[in-house]
Amino acid sequence: MIRLSRVTKRFGRQTVLDGLDLEIPEAQITVILGQSGSGKSVILKHIIGLMTPDSGEIFVDGTDITRLNDRELNEVRKQFGMLFQDAALFDSMTVGENVAFPLVEHTRLPKKEIRRIVEEKLKQVGLEGVTRKMPSELSGGMRKRAGLARAIALDPKIILFDEPITGLDPIMSDAIDALIVDTQRDTRATCVVITHNITSTFKIAHNIAMLYEGKIIEFGNPDRIRNSGHPFVKRFIRQEAPGKCPN
Amino acid sequence: MVKFLEYAGRPFVGILEEFGRVMLLFLSATAWAFRRPFRFRVVFKQMETVGVNSLTVVLITAVSSGMVLALQSYYGFRMFRGESLVGATVALSLTREIGPVFTALMVTGRAGSAMAAEIGTMRVKEQIDALYAMSVNPVQFLVMPRVLAGILMLPLLTVVADFVGIAGGYFVGVELLNINSGIFMARIYEMVAMEDIFNGLIKSACFGLILSVVSCYKGFYTTGGAEGVGRAATQAVVISTVSIFISDFFLTAVMF
Repeated sequence: MIRLSRVTKRFGRQTVLDGLDLEIPEAQITVILGQSGSGKSVILKHIIGLMTPDSGEIFVDGTDITRLNDRELNEVRKQFGMLFQDAALFDSMTVGENVAFPLVEHTRLPKKEIRRIVEEKLKQVGLEGVTRKMPSELSGGMRKRAGLARAIALDPKIILFDEPITGLDPIMSDAIDALIVDTQRDTRATCVVITHNITSTFKIAHNIAMLYEGKIIEFGNPDRIRNSGHPFVKRFIRQEAPGKCPN
Repeated sequence: MVKFLEYAGRPFVGILEEFGRVMLLFLSATAWAFRRPFRFRVVFKQMETVGVNSLTVVLITAVSSGMVLALQSYYGFRMFRGESLVGATVALSLTREIGPVFTALMVTGRAGSAMAAEIGTMRVKEQIDALYAMSVNPVQFLVMPRVLAGILMLPLLTVVADFVGIAGGYFVGVELLNINSGIFMARIYEMVAMEDIFNGLIKSACFGLILSVVSCYKGFYTTGGAEGVGRAATQAVVISTVSIFISDFFLTAVMF
């Protein structure tokens, strides 16, 4: 359903994605794993068309989105929901207005119905009684939940998660992991999660793609990654810095 | 020689490039103004921020400058017994120059910096990306309403500034300096044409356009976190202010 083919992206002299190939299976959770600054977010931004590759193609449902104009791209994006790293809730709106935003913009539902959906989505992510609060009044974990509620407001077919547990404590991280799994099970959406957290990855992933030096060096189910012979994958999973003493 | 020219010309090329990008943002905002959906509530909200919320500072500035103008011109005119011209001088300076320019400067300081800071924060906190991701064009959602509010509200604020400025001048001239009130007003009617007021308002609409486009541009292309937002707000005020003065000269040359 989502396929990246020979995607290359450079920022100045630095090549971030170097002829990257990746196929993301439908209705499953695929985790893109890689070091900080390895270009994971860049992949995500290419998939939703926030960045365009220097070369290569990106197919969503068989359409090459790199060739679309703004209007066509907007239509494709309506199938997407995205949870940003810091949730990217609009500061000037209440939590309820944030979750309602995609519904107000893209549907003609009556106010009452929108209010009902907002309540329902917030309940689904484990947030209740916060519709009138401002985003700044919420904790990091609650903001992520509200961001997810906004991302799933239009029942998207594809949900993208940009570092969903970065900056959260272990207990809250676990809760968000569980939330991702539950959301995917309930919605049957295709989920793409990017993270550098091994524990979280093995908890939620159906498939894992390992990103290293601008390419996917290993792809498969968690068992395959665990038993990978690739030296970088081994080191990453054991969480070892290069050149570290064996004991 | 070529090297020297390259070196010397680099800042100008930079300025031209930036000017081009500002124009592109303006054209894009104009195009988006005519495309659905029309978000009237967002526009009204911005009109409130730019117009209503700037009213107090504009009033204070206008009254003070009207009073100072009356005072200064009185001392000048008294030397050749021309005190009766104080009213007309105050009214003409206000409607042609001081009303539009001071109003634009105050709105730049108050609303322009806020535009740059708010949009800049949205940029660095990925909220602009979030708008794109939700199929909402940020130029249409953020820039266009602010530019429209700038163009519409500046002339309205200027009318108010002209009026209270002249009232301030009247207070100083008639009440404090004992100029005959009938003469004070008669000279204003005699010397100030409708055209003066009208051209002043066109000027102020241009200033509103300049300050809102520049401020939105600075916010929209903010990079570098909290520091970048601060820089964007400062630059928005500095560039808007300088642009207002420069364009004021050309507008005046064309109009009067």
